[in-house]
Amino acid sequence: MTAVPEVLVAEHAIEYTYTRSTGPIIGAFLTGLRDKQIKGIRAIDGRVIVPPVEYDPVTSDDLHELVDVGDAGVVTTWSWNATPVAGQPLDRPFAWALVRLDGADTGMLAAVDAGDEAQMHTGMRVRARWADGRVGSIRDLLCFELEGDLA
Amino acid sequence: MRRDVAIVSWASFETPSEPARNEVEMLLPVIQEALGNVGMTQQDIGFTVSGSSDYLQGFPFAFVGALDAVGAWPPIRESHVEMDGAFALYEAVNVLQEEGIDTALVYAFARPSRGELDRTLALQLDPYAVAPLWPDARGLAGLQAQAMKDSGRYPQLLGAGHEVPPTVVADGAVAVVLAVGDRARELTKTPAWIRGIDHRIEPPALGVRDLTTSASTTAAAAKAGATGVDAAWLHVPYPHQELVLRAALSLVDQPVYSAAGPVMVGGLAQLAAAAAGVAGGKARRAVAHATSGPCLQQNLVAVLEGGDAA
Amino acid sequence: MTEPVTMVETPIRLDYSYTPGVASSRFLRSLEHGQIVGQRCPRCLKVYMPPRGACSMCGVATDEEIVLDGKGTVTTFCVTNVPSPGLTPPYVTAWIRLDGADITSMFLIQECDPAEVRLGMRVEPVWVDESERQPNLGNIRYYRPTGEPDAPYDDYKDYV
Ligand SMILES: [Zn+2]
Repeated sequence: MTAVPEVLVAEHAIEYTYTRSTGPIIGAFLTGLRDKQIKGIRAIDGRVIVPPVEYDPVTSDDLHELVDVGDAGVVTTWSWNATPVAGQPLDRPFAWALVRLDGADTGMLAAVDAGDEAQMHTGMRVRARWADGRVGSIRDLLCFELEGDLA
Repeated sequence: MRRDVAIVSWASFETPSEPARNEVEMLLPVIQEALGNVGMTQQDIGFTVSGSSDYLQGFPFAFVGALDAVGAWPPIRESHVEMDGAFALYEAVNVLQEEGIDTALVYAFARPSRGELDRTLALQLDPYAVAPLWPDARGLAGLQAQAMKDSGRYPQLLGAGHEVPPTVVADGAVAVVLAVGDRARELTKTPAWIRGIDHRIEPPALGVRDLTTSASTTAAAAKAGATGVDAAWLHVPYPHQELVLRAALSLVDQPVYSAAGPVMVGGLAQLAAAAAGVAGGKARRAVAHATSGPCLQQNLVAVLEGGDAA
Repeated sequence: MTEPVTMVETPIRLDYSYTPGVASSRFLRSLEHGQIVGQRCPRCLKVYMPPRGACSMCGVATDEEIVLDGKGTVTTFCVTNVPSPGLTPPYVTAWIRLDGADITSMFLIQECDPAEVRLGMRVEPVWVDESERQPNLGNIRYYRPTGEPDAPYDDYKDYV
């Protein structure tokens, strides 16, 4: 093969807004977020799963019983994100965490605006910080912030 | 399996970044090498299947364009999975159960160095409650590592130096040739027989899963009959995941060969590496593993053996 | 804002540094120099324009470069009567088999009454000024008739 030419490079973006129908369960969850109310769903084994899912993760049965849960809870695991990338909830370093809300049995993924990695530990309590101008989106729940420490 | 299937040839290429060649140019010599090793051409192949993700290349139907590297004329019987090539191999093993199809080519390719892999992988997450937060893949892996530390069952992870490293960004391609029974024996003196293969998936919601174990690996291993192995080839995107997989596969003191490899490629590359290990006498009976999705969400387990088919 | 949520918009955006590959880079560089470079398959001898580094029928690398002079033959065309950004109707889009190439490419036909365009018509490229050339196909503004006699049907019947 003849010599490799100087490599051509073109900056290129793929951008698209998907419009998705929510169905009744996710729709109720997002409607709740708009009103600062987080909802979960009761699974066949009695656990409350947040965010709610349409089908039982163990048995695959349809789930229907929506349950209001608190907007504060406990960090069940976390990881520090020192270099946020485009689209993430915060543009300064933050922690990703699974937060088990009061009244829930599973953790939901969210950002925790902890300021410093040293603030983070499993078992810490956090409280939701809500966005202004909520539209019925997961982004209505901006992030969690430190509430105090039970550990 | 009604018909014995063996891996009879393989070839792979991996580099941190392939700036000049496109996917087809990168893939073509790998396929030619895999076919050439056993004196075959595409015309000798009964079924062709690939694994890749168009989001990594940045344009739609890129997986169709990749068929340029195969030579799909006259028309071939062909399929694709938007997953690691290991899951394409699973499809091929099933298709090879049909009478009349005795050979298969499985390939995978990816060039994530051209994009933002940590962000791209967010598009495989729940599109309502998770993907809109654009979780980076490394951040999700970090949730698993922390849960493992907190569990008390992984003292190896405690202390400094066990931070989750950046997501491996590598470009590459891999191709594997499969053949059935006597056809496999014709093609090579050292077929690596697939004695069992299965894959299982866990719920998409991370909070519903126990991230400190791998129930899907254990279930797939049971279905695949992954006992009595003397070596393991594991697909390990992040180092802490090797510990979860060792536990899930009940590995004790067998040699374990772990690698991440390029996304979409690494799992099939580990199956190929296990086949090479078996064919080369490094192992008599090996377990090979591939994973897909965040925090080991989906896992494939295969058992490979050298020697003649029973 | 009291109606229940039934739809949600989820914008995505991913950024890439796209590189087209070795064959395409050489092709695009050739355009920058006012040339059209195709590639010939070593097995079936078909010439690809644009080249992609592989013969999609044979599955082999295409290493041999063939410089085309750019002239070609219209194998089919379409007269468009609805406006399109930057184009005033009626305008003509044609599939053109470049001399020496084995696949057809789509270009505009101008400097010609749309009613005159026909299968077999001989055409040539009109390039942008040398000073404005970029490594892309936009260097060819359009095709125009050469005035040569039409190509006989047998010359292009395999490409219609
Ligand atoms: Zn050819």
